[in-house]
Amino acid sequence: MKKRYFGLILYLFLAILPVYWMLNMAFRSNEEIVGAFHLWPQALDLSNFRTVLTDPSWYSGYINSLIYVAINTVLSLAVALPAAYAFSRYQFLGDKHLFFWLLTNRMSPPAVFLLPFFQLYNSVGLFDTHIAVAMAHMLFNVPLAVWILEGFMSGIPREIDETAYIDGYSFPRFFVPIFMPLIGAGIGVTAFFCFMFSWVELLLARTLTSVNAKPIVAIMTRTVSASGMDWGVLAAAGVLTIVPGAMVIWFVRNYIAKGFAMCRV
Amino acid sequence: MKPINNMAWFLVLPVVLCVAFSAVIPLMTVVNYSVQDILGPDQKVFVGMEWFKATMRDPELHGALIRQLIFTGTVLTIEIPLGILLALSLPASGWRSSLALVLLAMPLLIPQNVVGTIWQIFGRSDIGLAGVAVNAMGISYNYTNSSLDAWLTVVIMDVWHWTPLIALLAFAGLRAIPEAYYQAARIDGASRLAVFRYIQLPKMSGVLLIGLLLRFMDSFMIYTEPFVLTGGGPGNATTFLSQYLTQKAVGQFDLGPAAAFSLIYFLIILLACFLFYTFLQQNQQSTDKSTGSGS
Repeated sequence: MKKRYFGLILYLFLAILPVYWMLNMAFRSNEEIVGAFHLWPQALDLSNFRTVLTDPSWYSGYINSLIYVAINTVLSLAVALPAAYAFSRYQFLGDKHLFFWLLTNRMSPPAVFLLPFFQLYNSVGLFDTHIAVAMAHMLFNVPLAVWILEGFMSGIPREIDETAYIDGYSFPRFFVPIFMPLIGAGIGVTAFFCFMFSWVELLLARTLTSVNAKPIVAIMTRTVSASGMDWGVLAAAGVLTIVPGAMVIWFVRNYIAKGFAMCRV
Repeated sequence: MKPINNMAWFLVLPVVLCVAFSAVIPLMTVVNYSVQDILGPDQKVFVGMEWFKATMRDPELHGALIRQLIFTGTVLTIEIPLGILLALSLPASGWRSSLALVLLAMPLLIPQNVVGTIWQIFGRSDIGLAGVAVNAMGISYNYTNSSLDAWLTVVIMDVWHWTPLIALLAFAGLRAIPEAYYQAARIDGASRLAVFRYIQLPKMSGVLLIGLLLRFMDSFMIYTEPFVLTGGGPGNATTFLSQYLTQKAVGQFDLGPAAAFSLIYFLIILLACFLFYTFLQQNQQSTDKSTGSGS
């Protein structure tokens, strides 16, 4: 039994090291970081965290990021749920082509669309708003959401729908209170993926914002260039970006452990 | 068979509208740029296919494409088997499982530029743990001036960042296999390898396909991590397609050539994914038929 876990523990240990190193940096002053090499902080210096948590130009970034990620996750799920149901239950004109077209949007490199995106959102007056970033991120999150949800929905027998319709349920009254709880795990996993890809994205978020909706990731790049290399504050801000993600994994871990197969492509 | 119902279009409509707004208009803008020479805000000359011809012959683009293919190939060959191995060795349930899952998935939720920053610090030969450790072992390592070191660092960073995705998906696939399959295998006296080959792998194929496609697309579009870590250098050792494109579009403001390049780039990914998708879908159908589960 011990031997079985050896590889896993070794991998996890190695995988944690870079994160530990950043944590280590975050608790040290800049002079200490550049001055000497230590495996752990000599004196716990909390000033880096204090800077990030008290300076509005820093912590507003976290709030902005969380706002657009939340909008993105909710909107993506709201539009993807009915669409995934349609793909999973019915054949309709052009369904296969439509599905692949949706997937192609997941494949378009953000670098390709930076400038047009900027012009588009600027001309409709959405530049530097949370909704703009959320909409832009939907481009790659919605196709993925439809794909994952479709896999989960296809695992639910169609007889359930048919029985409900025969009993006189309308589509909304069947879909929201009966069908959605059945695919609860799927919704959880999809929300996790939407959160993840939106939270880590930098290029589009940086291009579509300037002041009011500037995400934390963009603020971090600015600090690198502005004040030389402020390693300590940078590391502290980086450590704090991991916290929301770690919380989300904690909530979604049971859905993943329960398993899903996605039998259909 | 699924019933034919064209009313289902109404259920799909919100998705189509949402995605079309952010996809079709920008795509048309790029197409528009790609056939014009933009001299100023109001000065544009139609040049037809000129930029496409120039882009196809650009030796730097060929270099970036080859580096991109090697990079994507390398990370996929490492990440997929490693992810499956990790998933197989994860404990099935209990607090150990939860703890391992959370630790394993942590790199996934770190923003791309923070990933770059972490490895930038971690790999530095003066203040980074990895840099100092490797140098102390007598191997000279410095990712800022050795091309090979820089390339290896980017590969290791990507493996560190994205192997958990494959592992999580594979783990979820494994957990969905009913216990009865394993019991049947035990009765038949199947070896560990046979259980993997004939039960676990086919049952994981759905989630692995998602993982494979996602990793292919994302590694082909990688931009932020190498940008933060190496800035594409030293020389152009870690300049991949997105990097080169952004240099052209933003740095030199060559909108026409950059747009033509964008379209070619997009078409390459599209073609590769289409081949993947069709191939795997046919594969799936043939296995469905042979095992008789036509669901």
